[in-house]
Amino acid sequence: MEYAVTTDRLTRVFGNFTAVDQLTLQIKPGEIYGFLGPNGSGKTTAIRMLCGILEPTSGTATVLGYDLSGETEQIKRRIGYMSQKFSLYDDLTAAENLGFYAGLYNIPRRERKSRVQEMLDMAGLTGREDELVAHLSGGWKQRLALGCAIISRPAIVFLDEPTSGVSPTSRRRFFNIISRLASEGTTVMVTTHFMDEAEYCNKIAFISSGRLMAVDTPDNLKQNVLAGCLVELDLPNAMDQLENIEQLPYVKECSVHGLLLHVLLEDESNLGLLEEYTGVPAKPITPSLEDVFIALANKN
Amino acid sequence: MRRDRMTLGLIFMLPLVQLLLFGYAIQTEVKHIPTVVFDQSLSVESRDLLDAFGASGYFDMTYAASSYTEVNQMIDSGAAKVGIIFPPDFARVIQRGESGQVQVIVDASDNMVANQAMAVANSIGLLQSQKVLLQSKQFKGPPYDIRVRPWYNPDGITAFYMVPAILGIIVTMTMVIMTSMGIVRERERGTLEQLIVTPIKSYELMIGKIVPYIALGYLQITVALLVGVLIFHVPIRGSLLELYLLTLFFITASLGLGILISNIAKSQMQAFQMSFFVMLPSILLSGFMFPREAMPKVIYYLSTIIPLTYYLDIIRGIVLKGIGFPYLVGQVVSLLVFSVVLLTLSILKFKKKIA
Repeated sequence: MEYAVTTDRLTRVFGNFTAVDQLTLQIKPGEIYGFLGPNGSGKTTAIRMLCGILEPTSGTATVLGYDLSGETEQIKRRIGYMSQKFSLYDDLTAAENLGFYAGLYNIPRRERKSRVQEMLDMAGLTGREDELVAHLSGGWKQRLALGCAIISRPAIVFLDEPTSGVSPTSRRRFFNIISRLASEGTTVMVTTHFMDEAEYCNKIAFISSGRLMAVDTPDNLKQNVLAGCLVELDLPNAMDQLENIEQLPYVKECSVHGLLLHVLLEDESNLGLLEEYTGVPAKPITPSLEDVFIALANKN
Repeated sequence: MRRDRMTLGLIFMLPLVQLLLFGYAIQTEVKHIPTVVFDQSLSVESRDLLDAFGASGYFDMTYAASSYTEVNQMIDSGAAKVGIIFPPDFARVIQRGESGQVQVIVDASDNMVANQAMAVANSIGLLQSQKVLLQSKQFKGPPYDIRVRPWYNPDGITAFYMVPAILGIIVTMTMVIMTSMGIVRERERGTLEQLIVTPIKSYELMIGKIVPYIALGYLQITVALLVGVLIFHVPIRGSLLELYLLTLFFITASLGLGILISNIAKSQMQAFQMSFFVMLPSILLSGFMFPREAMPKVIYYLSTIIPLTYYLDIIRGIVLKGIGFPYLVGQVVSLLVFSVVLLTLSILKFKKKIA
């Protein structure tokens, strides 16, 4: 199997709103594939279609070689899915939740106990397995939900904003688990709007208003998406200068990053002109993913 | 509220539909009570009295029986609520100037119909006797001696017919509200979305949603029956086993209704409102509070699409009348049809998809 996921002009329309518009992409097995985009850009809709719980309006897709039209049940048997809400049963304990999903995926009875234990270890919930989920805090719930999604050892796991509402330490811990999963051969498709999380991905797809804007490795995106030269300015009155600098003919974009200004020039040759205009040194920098994200979101 | 059309709709519909419905439906005066006649006298005298019964408008001479057993069957099955029996010597006794006995059997498992039938039968007897007495002086006592026999609940104990009916209401209410809210809650929390991504089959999911509630329904019935028997001394004249078996169809029909509601409701609040909206007609139209015989035709037919209507026949029949399955085939088949249709619809509609 060359690709874990392929889509060809996958589209979903709700009424007169096109949530996902002609999405075409390929995900290689074992990749951590990041789905990056603003709120309402169609990430969740795309994932729901790939999980076989939402009918595409048009277009085709395969997941693990199975066609999305007609083979959704085969797909469901082989994937894991974690929704934004950490959908667990509050009135069951951590171990009971895992046991329930183990049953849903038809894991043989004699294996269930060890599989549940394995997930508890992974989630760091050993010792708290008999606590009701209602009493667990965000980070624990998040890792438990992941445990429920991967207890069947799926070949691919879809994570829909898995880190919303949890602390940075929990997020770090979560992505360590994800990286380990991927190194063991599991394909991971994850949506997020946290830039630091995107850095963990092997490949990032930017999606905006349902359309795919760019796909590449994080490094390549930083190198290639911004045509021109990105410089950093340390101006005392950055906010006041923002508009003036934006008006300059050779400036493509200007945005505030903390106390600094990031200015995108058409060309490196404009460097001198800008320094002359502002009176401070313009330092060329490598764009961050955030710069890329904003540039792509503005393009649309 | 402005955005929640369903709630808004229900708030307007509740007084509108329910009041109109019940304003027309609720008639405590029962006319056209189905009556079976076993006239062994076949005489001018018996014919006169029967005419008076018929002319009152309260009794419809629906059936003519040719034996006591036939009368019993008619009343046991609920086809007739009243039986009028003339003895073979009715005419001869009256011609001799003595009191002719007429037996009027009343099905007292439904007390509102029974009370009315008894009162009306007695007054017809008195009235007709007076008419005859005015014309003829030969009688020592009243010519018509109406002997009313309230069957099944001869002492007219309220608890006897109320307890089985309330049991039915409790069960259907619990089943409808619990299933509808249970499923909608899972949808609200997102666990349903998580469930449909798993390889579980639609029917497996439905069975998982139905079987526990069936067990709960039986638990409730057991508690209610224990209270009825131990505290209110309700007699259970028929087979308990049969009651439990036939109750299954009622529980599944109620569950089907609950699942149907969960398919439409978008929030737990809506599910609760809709359950309430269906429960009111169940209570008022099923024959629990008001006799169905007294309802206008349209509303009478409406009451035939309420599962509780059939279950009341079943539970009152088994508990008070001591009748069994052969008399209740129609009711059981109706409930079975309800269950099959509602559950199939739900399973078909539940496609393991969202939106």
